[in-house]
Amino acid sequence: MDSSWQRTPLYAAHLRSGARMVPFGGWEMPLHYQGILAEHRSVRERAGVFDVSHMGEFLLSGPAALEFLQWITPNDLARLRPGRAQYNWLPNAQGGLVDDVYIYCLAEDSYLMVVNAANIRADWDHLNGLAEGFAGRGLTLQDLSAATALLAVQGPRAASSLQEITDTDLSAVRKNGVIQAAVAGWPVRLARTGYTGEDGFELFCPAESAEALWAAICVLGVTPAGLGARDTLRLEAGFPLYGHEFRPDRSPLTTHYGWVVKDKPWYAREALLAAPREPHLVGLLPQGAIAREGSSVYRGDELVGEVSSGTQSPSLGRPIAMAFVRGEAGPLEVEVRGRRVPAQLVRLPFWPPSPH
Amino acid sequence: MNVPENLKYTGSHEWVRQDGADVTVGITDFAQDQLGDIVFVELPQPGQQVQAGAQVAVVESVKTASDIYAPLSGTVTAVNPALAETPELVNRSPYQDGWLFRLSPRGGGEDLLDAEAYLALTRDA
Repeated sequence: MDSSWQRTPLYAAHLRSGARMVPFGGWEMPLHYQGILAEHRSVRERAGVFDVSHMGEFLLSGPAALEFLQWITPNDLARLRPGRAQYNWLPNAQGGLVDDVYIYCLAEDSYLMVVNAANIRADWDHLNGLAEGFAGRGLTLQDLSAATALLAVQGPRAASSLQEITDTDLSAVRKNGVIQAAVAGWPVRLARTGYTGEDGFELFCPAESAEALWAAICVLGVTPAGLGARDTLRLEAGFPLYGHEFRPDRSPLTTHYGWVVKDKPWYAREALLAAPREPHLVGLLPQGAIAREGSSVYRGDELVGEVSSGTQSPSLGRPIAMAFVRGEAGPLEVEVRGRRVPAQLVRLPFWPPSPH
Repeated sequence: MNVPENLKYTGSHEWVRQDGADVTVGITDFAQDQLGDIVFVELPQPGQQVQAGAQVAVVESVKTASDIYAPLSGTVTAVNPALAETPELVNRSPYQDGWLFRLSPRGGGEDLLDAEAYLALTRDA
């Protein structure tokens, strides 16, 4: 593999666990260890641990931090108290997205922003560009990405497993809560967040303690899980992924995440609200073929869209796909290797399955 | 990695076994390991004429779809019926239960690799 790929502090641990390493967003990351299907099932039925240290972390602090974040994002951070986290976007001035992010309020004037690995550079430039308007107002931006490791422990047994190695009462940490805790004796910032559609925690820790924490979590019987399972899990849960569902040249209001936008003034509000909302994101159940990213979607003979993410769903045992499609009425077909197969339109998410 | 001595191989990771007048075709242990969990297999139709080197089947893992090429020209005489319901047989038993299709070949096959040559090829991969 090209030596220019970056490695997380857990690179050696992954190799020892037999990981298949692949390039991802400029990083050399584990695709799987024992296999995507087994890792996926572990997370849905028990618990798995992911190395997501490639993701970026920025600390925004100072008296103007809240006002700055309010100005550059569409969700309302005024409601966000210390110890709470919120999903949010970094829109560009054209109504598309620079990135989608999670923002953790650590204290009154201190916010931790977690960003996608492939976008760290672009996000940092974007934030610093907008921060010029706040010069002299008390705003400090710090890129903590290189010094910070991030482990995601996800699954129905995530809490009971982690509880074995921390004195902090995890039942007191609600969804989207974030606290300082000691886990296996190591200081971590522990948040009840994740990207799998399951209960779980994300542990921010200094890069130096990542290997020891990883080992302490694996010893609990938590299954190491790679980016392959992370992708199938997020797709089943209907979570958009930057570079697939979110792009600089597409409004995020084409997705089912319109709730992110709150009624408040901010810098790109008009551009975001004015951007075209068609084609829009739908869930599809292709029949008898796995439609992958780029597959064409047809209504009759008319080309009406394109698959943005598609895979075989390990939980449902059938192909699933997200696609951007023009118009509402069906029936739809997707083209796989020159052959068109029916694709039933369904509400997102795919998992957990709706009673219908 | 398992590379049985009694089989012939292609550079695109198919194996070929002489079974009477027909040949049986599958993918190698190396190929199934590289692909990971196989979740879908698309096979040719019995009776279909195929050309050596032409794409005739598709094996899909969770992550990617991989084309399978005909190692010899000929007529498809059978496909593995078990793979529709249990594609993971290709992972579990690539040389036995996970076979893909059978061909009645029209000669050829001189350029297929023996086990030693195939093993050397995977070491360079």
